[in-house]
Amino acid sequence: MAVVGVLALQGSYNEHMAALRRIGVKGVEVRKPEQLLGIDSLIIPGGESTTMAKLANYHNLFPALREFVGGGKPVWGTCAGLIFLANKAVVLLSGQKTGGQELVGGLDCTVHRNFFGSQLQSFETELSVPKLSEKEGGNDTCRGVFIRAPAILEVGPDVEILADCPVPVDRPSITISFGEGTEEEEYSKDRVIVAVRQGNILATAFHPELTSDSRWHRFFLDMDKESPAKAFSALSLSSSSRDTEGLPKNKPFDLPIFE
Amino acid sequence: MASDGSGVVTVYGSNGAELLEPSKQPKSATFSVKVGLAQMLRGGVIMDVVTPEQARLAEEAGACAVMALERVPADIRAQGGVARMSDPGLIRDIKRAVTIPVMAKARIGHFVEAQILEAVGVDYVDESEVLTPADDAHHINKHNFRVPFVCGCRDLGEALRRVREGAAMIRTKGEAGTGNVVEAVRHVRSVMGDVRALRSMDDDEVFAYAKRIAAPYDLVMQTKQLGRLPVVQFAAGGVATPADAALMMQLGCDGVFVGSGIFKSGDPARRARAIVQAVTHYSDPTILADVSTGLGEAMVGINLNDPKVERYAARSE
Repeated sequence: MAVVGVLALQGSYNEHMAALRRIGVKGVEVRKPEQLLGIDSLIIPGGESTTMAKLANYHNLFPALREFVGGGKPVWGTCAGLIFLANKAVVLLSGQKTGGQELVGGLDCTVHRNFFGSQLQSFETELSVPKLSEKEGGNDTCRGVFIRAPAILEVGPDVEILADCPVPVDRPSITISFGEGTEEEEYSKDRVIVAVRQGNILATAFHPELTSDSRWHRFFLDMDKESPAKAFSALSLSSSSRDTEGLPKNKPFDLPIFE
Repeated sequence: MASDGSGVVTVYGSNGAELLEPSKQPKSATFSVKVGLAQMLRGGVIMDVVTPEQARLAEEAGACAVMALERVPADIRAQGGVARMSDPGLIRDIKRAVTIPVMAKARIGHFVEAQILEAVGVDYVDESEVLTPADDAHHINKHNFRVPFVCGCRDLGEALRRVREGAAMIRTKGEAGTGNVVEAVRHVRSVMGDVRALRSMDDDEVFAYAKRIAAPYDLVMQTKQLGRLPVVQFAAGGVATPADAALMMQLGCDGVFVGSGIFKSGDPARRARAIVQAVTHYSDPTILADVSTGLGEAMVGINLNDPKVERYAARSE
């Protein structure tokens, strides 16, 4: 059975562990570089990205994380984890502190760290996810919990877009500053990318681990090409049927916090 | 909130009277989003700061949030007098200094202080017994706010009453400003011990138990099913050393508030970083030994045997 590591420096690692338990997968909380040697895939959870970066720095995790991502094993970042994996992160809203944090990199995209505004603008919505439902079954939509969330402004040619989100009309005007001294420009599109995949890297701006929908976790596990396809297929089918039976159509999934 | 049925913690009944004109009042976030905001703090340390420079030091040390105060609890205790909400200008200055969330305290029951803090844009409001209570009978109806609230508790009944009122995060009250962790340990043991007992109860027994601890039945049953509080629980009150912080984590807390223990110590920067690492690696004594070495003088603190010491934790039920 595959072993999934969850980076457990700070943030919603417990919720990812609970989601993995729900689908019968062993999860390991990763806090030290040497623990990366014993796992088959890695989830970088949401949390405070500034804090997570500092803690990763203290324990010299960045070189090991870059090696892990570069080694081709599946990696999934949610929210702050997405910021970690991006090759480029543009800075905050005007008036807030500038100053970057260290990134792991690997994902060919530009991330805006606080695209959806301040913490009070956090929200939930239904996202259209045809590729997820095509692969894992269930509704064409999933619940997206956006908490002080980043978004993806642009992606490179190798990146597959899995979900986008309408830009909330009530959010303050988003200006983008690409570093000291350069011009600011306003984001003018009415939709923004919030879930992508590039080879072994999966990234979501929202928090599947804060919902009861396990499809994203199963989607992530299916990315591990080294696992026997038959075993995963059986696991996927049984979990999928169990999840969908008994639920009324189009009813929003409940949001358990802990198991 | 109540009617949409999409929240994880079901809250029945009205959200309470409209306090503001509808056009002026911010739309309340769903309770689940506020609980989710608090979940993002898990595994972190929240530090009391009184200046932007202290806030930057806390952020650099790895704090996941800062509490913006005019005086830390030890000074409130030493100087006496009425303790109130911090100056909004100070809070704004601290917000500009850091990228991590900023919390601020409102007096118990003082919903207008909470409205002011929400307008200033704080990320969390602590309805705190450390400030002088404004209402000796009622807490704020926290469902009227978009901002998530953190509240203190000494036992499971008190914790669930605060959650019912809309608290998205619970902390132990401990005894703030003393540097003495004994009360925080008492409170977390009370909560976790009761949760363990609750898990073993037959469903028939839960009704009477809910009455006994004066908590809403639906939250008591949910706690039984989950096996823990329905929101994250942080340690607070008297945490002054890395060992204190790791103790609270091993007793079942999700993170730690450190108030006077940082900036009342001899070397705040080093102690702050040590406590952050102790919270991350709370079950690894080797790392705890390293981070506990050579920190200099800890906060002197107060021995709670002295009957003249005021118990802030007893200010509300």
